[in-house]
Amino acid sequence: MKKKNLLRRFILIAVVTIVGLYVVIGPHRRPKLSDFTPVGIKNSLKDNIRLGLDLKGGSHLVMRVKVEEFLKRLALTNATIADKAAKDVGAKVTDARADTSGGYRFLVTTADGAKLNELQEEVRKKVDVNDWRPTVSGNTVTWALTGSAETRLGQEATEQAYKIIESRINAVGVAEPTLQFHGAQNSHQILLQMPGLQDPQRVKDLLVGESRLELVHVVSPASPSPVQTYSTPEEATAAASQGGQMPANKLIVPYLDRDEPTTAGDTASDPNAAKTKKWVVVDQPAVVDGSELSRADAVSRTGGSDYQITFNLKPSGAEKFGAWTGSNIGQYMGVMLNGEIKSVAFIKSQINDSGEISGRFTKQSADDLALTLRSGALPAPIEYQEERTVGPSLGQDSIRAGVEASLVGLGLVIAFMLFYYRGSGINAVVALILNMILMMAALVLIKATLTLPGIAGIILTIGMAVDSNVLIFERIREEMRTGKTIPSAVEQGFARAFVTIIDTHVTTIISSLFLFVFGTGPIKGFAVTLVLGLLVNLFSAVYVSRTIFIWHLNQKGRRADSLSI
Amino acid sequence: MIQFFKDVRIDWLANRRAFIAVSILLMLAGLASAVIRQAVPGGTDAFNLGVDFKGGTVITARFLKDRPSDETIRARFAQQGVGDAIIQPTDKPDVVLIKVPRLAAAVGEGQPQPATPAQPEATPQAQPGTPGRPTPPPGAQAQVDPGVLKVKQALDSFGPAEQSYTILSTEAVGEVAGRQLRTQAIAVTLAALVGILVYIAFRFEWSYGAAAVIAVFHDVLVTLGIFSIMQWEISLTVIAALLTLVGFSVNDTIVIFDRIRENLRLHRRGTLYNVTNLSINQTLSRTVITSGLVFLSVLAMVLFGGEVLRGFSLALLIGVIFGTYSSVAIASPIMVWWQERIDAAKARPGQRGAKGQTGGPGQPARARKARAAGGGTGVVNQPQGAGRT
Repeated sequence: MKKKNLLRRFILIAVVTIVGLYVVIGPHRRPKLSDFTPVGIKNSLKDNIRLGLDLKGGSHLVMRVKVEEFLKRLALTNATIADKAAKDVGAKVTDARADTSGGYRFLVTTADGAKLNELQEEVRKKVDVNDWRPTVSGNTVTWALTGSAETRLGQEATEQAYKIIESRINAVGVAEPTLQFHGAQNSHQILLQMPGLQDPQRVKDLLVGESRLELVHVVSPASPSPVQTYSTPEEATAAASQGGQMPANKLIVPYLDRDEPTTAGDTASDPNAAKTKKWVVVDQPAVVDGSELSRADAVSRTGGSDYQITFNLKPSGAEKFGAWTGSNIGQYMGVMLNGEIKSVAFIKSQINDSGEISGRFTKQSADDLALTLRSGALPAPIEYQEERTVGPSLGQDSIRAGVEASLVGLGLVIAFMLFYYRGSGINAVVALILNMILMMAALVLIKATLTLPGIAGIILTIGMAVDSNVLIFERIREEMRTGKTIPSAVEQGFARAFVTIIDTHVTTIISSLFLFVFGTGPIKGFAVTLVLGLLVNLFSAVYVSRTIFIWHLNQKGRRADSLSI
Repeated sequence: MIQFFKDVRIDWLANRRAFIAVSILLMLAGLASAVIRQAVPGGTDAFNLGVDFKGGTVITARFLKDRPSDETIRARFAQQGVGDAIIQPTDKPDVVLIKVPRLAAAVGEGQPQPATPAQPEATPQAQPGTPGRPTPPPGAQAQVDPGVLKVKQALDSFGPAEQSYTILSTEAVGEVAGRQLRTQAIAVTLAALVGILVYIAFRFEWSYGAAAVIAVFHDVLVTLGIFSIMQWEISLTVIAALLTLVGFSVNDTIVIFDRIRENLRLHRRGTLYNVTNLSINQTLSRTVITSGLVFLSVLAMVLFGGEVLRGFSLALLIGVIFGTYSSVAIASPIMVWWQERIDAAKARPGQRGAKGQTGGPGQPARARKARAAGGGTGVVNQPQGAGRT
């Protein structure tokens, strides 16, 4: 090979190595002199390599939006709409309800079939009948949610929940959170990663706070009679039923009598002790709901440690609320949070735009509730499916163990290569070390996250990378044995082994790609380093190693009749 | 020059029956372990599935003062209503792993918690059916399962957190997520195998691809069998190890197949049987060196990689052994057997003249010719040629 050609190879290798090394240990800004001291390098290293939560500590939460609850609620709301529509057109309703067994439907049965068309027209004004397809059988109209609408609405609910979670996370001030959709398209999962967070309990409670606030009319004789409560839900159902049927516009909800103020500061006494659970009947739909809130604040009630939440309504909500309270003076109104009445009060005079939620709140829980109310109600409840939290000390241990195992592995491999292949072993060692540097550089460049399984991938890469060298060296030896000259044995060795190297690399990359694309969490981190290591290996084990051989043989010139291999 | 293997001439394929018998025995042993364990009531499950797949909670805790005995810890957990906590020591004396199986969400009554108004259970319809039942305590719904809280309460009985104990890590997986991860793991493995099959079929022939994939499948089954017999825990990282093993084993097989393809071109008169033996022997030192080195680096991982990587490295350690074994003992014999049958089937209708028949990608067409010329199998007849001096 010509000298000039060789020089070009050397320059390329030198540039790649220096750039690679700088990418890993250099600062990614205008460098200062202090960046090249050991401390500076250590700091840059820390900045450049993104560690996964399993290495630096933190919390990983997978939550699922219970979309089925959202759809159920939707069917329920529509049932009240249909019920009202039937009454509006003057049909006598014998049954109006939602049916959510195996699908989402709502239906209305009338006493006579004459008004069915009119009824459907009326419902059409409020409900999208492309999503809810009506069918008529006898005197009953059933609207069933189509499959495509179910998917779309589910998706929308998940996206909405995502936005709300995002605003709550930002409001609570978690450092560097990452939030993303997770899993398959219709799994309705959201992944939240919070580095450095050790006890995610508060955040967890905050995120699932559904915060569905509704101001409702409580069915009861007007003040001054006390509010009508029932001690069991059955009693309440019996009272609200008309002809054995629960009307669609009535709801039985639990009502925990307003608790006594907590006196013990932020530690509430046993919440189960003093509560007497009652049940009330409320009118549906609510007069106004949480979407009409303009603000919500936690305030101390008595100037002490007992907190309540005051809220204000937006103009549109205030108008509705004002009109309703104005015409219902003396009636009872309930503040319903997440389907449970928090407090009941009778309406003394017209109320326009403000109200309060009292209950048994500590400062923290009142703050958290106000925060979630401000961020809006979740469209559906959220459940946690996975929680992985790693403390920083365990992460440190893992890094140390991983680095130790890598170094021992690398050391063993280097020792063997030098022992078995002698001079050529140096070649392999150079290739291996370069492989490590470039793989780390690639990790930094694509901004991949290094996880513990990722370190395992690095260790495995050492093994796989050295395989390419072994393949080549063994082949050169074979070629030498057939009596070829050293240069042609080297040439042939590389050429023949190259075919095999391509095949083995491609198959391993194929299986790793599946890991990368379909795998989650730990599996992904592993696939990333392995694939990068293998790609880099084509350069280090073939191109670089070959260049060293060529250079070595050039040095010997015509006397190249022996090779230390 | 140091050399482990000089001029080896082993007739590997002659032992194919023994090899395959051994593999079938190993797989049967694993299967028997899985079936018996699953069938015997009250016994262990077929596989010791980790929380990733089964759901549940694992907490790693370090005791800062005296580490109580496993029995004491278990007893404290029993007091909290968690009767089946598994206490597992680690390589550090003061650190324990506490595993709690998935608890039903309703068990978590009476948590002393501030009255957080977060109560997502809000379907009003659900209420009338459950008269008098207290609603779940605030916060209980916010758990993946109540395991985390229970474990913390039990640990609190040893003294306050951060003074007498500290929690190093928490892992809790719900049932749905567990099921999802399980399905995903199986799907990814199968997809990877299909991808490999297609690539090898494209580079070689279908029979080569099928043989390689059968061999890999064998490796996975044997490794899983050993995990069942030893009752080692199968977690997500073990699945990653199995997939690595898939890559490694195919890697090894391809080196041999590549050599076979090359040798078929060189030794036109050799039978596929002989060429395969020759190729295995020629690549033997590479096979041993590479597998040995990978084995060493994985061993370093087992010894120094720490608790978290243990399952991964153990699976890989076994995988390296069987991945190497199967390339020689399973993939090669199956490929030879299969290819011979294909050739025989092709030779019959079209007689010898059928050599041209489409030809397939590259060399194996010559393999057919070579076999037809070389006659029967079974005779060890190492062709002398390149690679020997």
